[in-house]
Amino acid sequence: MYNITRSPWVMHYDGSSCNGCDIEVLACLTPVYDAERFGIINTGDPMQADILLVTGGINTQNAPVVKQLYDQMSDPKVVVAVGVCACTGGVFKDCYNILGGADQVIPVDVYVPGCAARPQAIIDGIVKGIGVFQERLEKMEKGELKNQEEKEEAGKEE
Amino acid sequence: MNEMTVKIIVAVCYVILAPILGGLLDGIGRKISARMQRRVGPPILQPFHDLGKLLHKDPIHVAPSQNFLMMSYLFFVILTGGMIFLGMDLLMSMFILSTAVMFLYFAATVTGSPYSTIGATRELLQMVAYEPCVLLTCVGFYIVRGSFETAEIINGDISPIAYLPGIFVAFIFILTIKMRKSPFDISTSHHPNQEIVRGITSEIGAKNFAVFTLAEWYETVFLMGMVALFIVNKNPISIPVAIVVAFLVYFLELLIDNCSARMKADKMIKLSWMVTIIAAGANLLALIYIFK
Ligand code: SF4
Repeated sequence: MYNITRSPWVMHYDGSSCNGCDIEVLACLTPVYDAERFGIINTGDPMQADILLVTGGINTQNAPVVKQLYDQMSDPKVVVAVGVCACTGGVFKDCYNILGGADQVIPVDVYVPGCAARPQAIIDGIVKGIGVFQERLEKMEKGELKNQEEKEEAGKEE
Repeated sequence: MNEMTVKIIVAVCYVILAPILGGLLDGIGRKISARMQRRVGPPILQPFHDLGKLLHKDPIHVAPSQNFLMMSYLFFVILTGGMIFLGMDLLMSMFILSTAVMFLYFAATVTGSPYSTIGATRELLQMVAYEPCVLLTCVGFYIVRGSFETAEIINGDISPIAYLPGIFVAFIFILTIKMRKSPFDISTSHHPNQEIVRGITSEIGAKNFAVFTLAEWYETVFLMGMVALFIVNKNPISIPVAIVVAFLVYFLELLIDNCSARMKADKMIKLSWMVTIIAAGANLLALIYIFK
């Protein structure tokens, strides 16, 4: 089985957050925390990304955007929700336009709590996500996880 | 052993070793860049881990013809380097390189995505910026050695750089454009700057991106080969010297990459043409005078 855990490319999507968590995500890439040690690259392209980092809650406007970004990523893929906003909606939960956490629209694999989540916690979350990433690949190669073509066919049948 | 077998062996070695060397150069480059920013940086073998992962991801094709176009791009890039290392025509290989870039252009525009289209048009602008200098380089080699064949060019008494210092400087300048490094990474915006997502590679994902990475490695090795061509002469000692010079040039590219911000496309064209005309043009005029 090929080991893909050494090269997780991360895409960061900022939902309706207060930008606190976004700053912390960027802090992970600075010399102090240097996430690139683990092969983590912050890419802006869903087609090349393996891990989707969502910060901030989901509102009615960004729900389709998050869904589309997730759909454009190729399997195996992992979603990490960073900060309580992305986990549950956080302090914005009761606002009229907030649907809740990222798991309202896409399946979330790892929840990173904190307001704001600390860089250490974010890196820890990504490392947990990398484990899931490898598991997905193994499942995919065993045929337990549907690949893109099968999904397209299933879509056509529906 | 006749000449043909030697050529075949060289070709096979090139096809196998060039990506390994290119990947290593990439890895060393990332490590050095990280050190320049006081970071630990990824392991040197990181580019190979990335390639392996990309190959294991589920393929996504935005347009059905993209696979074919990307494979053609890779093929022509390999051919370009192969021609140089087999001692064939320099000018011809440069034309093949332009063909390769056209395939990349089509692979990006066929998707219809605005970001990759912007990236692709910028790639064409980059071509406009570096092509004159590449042509003048070939002409310079021709005037010095009387042949476009690389086998003849490496067979002189004095290194070509003795006659071509201006052209060498201009070539190093356009190397930054050709390698898509900052301040001229205008067609593929680098990781932290994502205003056109990933430029020309925006819609190239998974296996196709692995093909793109491989092509880039071949290209790096081929460009370093071009740099070495300025140094190599009849004397075997010149070969290690050429390798050292190629490494130094690569380091210089990294240094420039790390301490400059991206330039606008029109500035890039103006600047690169200016350098080409002043450094390479003056050099060429002097050569014509010397070799009259
Ligand atoms: S969890 Fe806290 S810091 Fe993070 S986006 Fe929400 S409110 Fe801001």
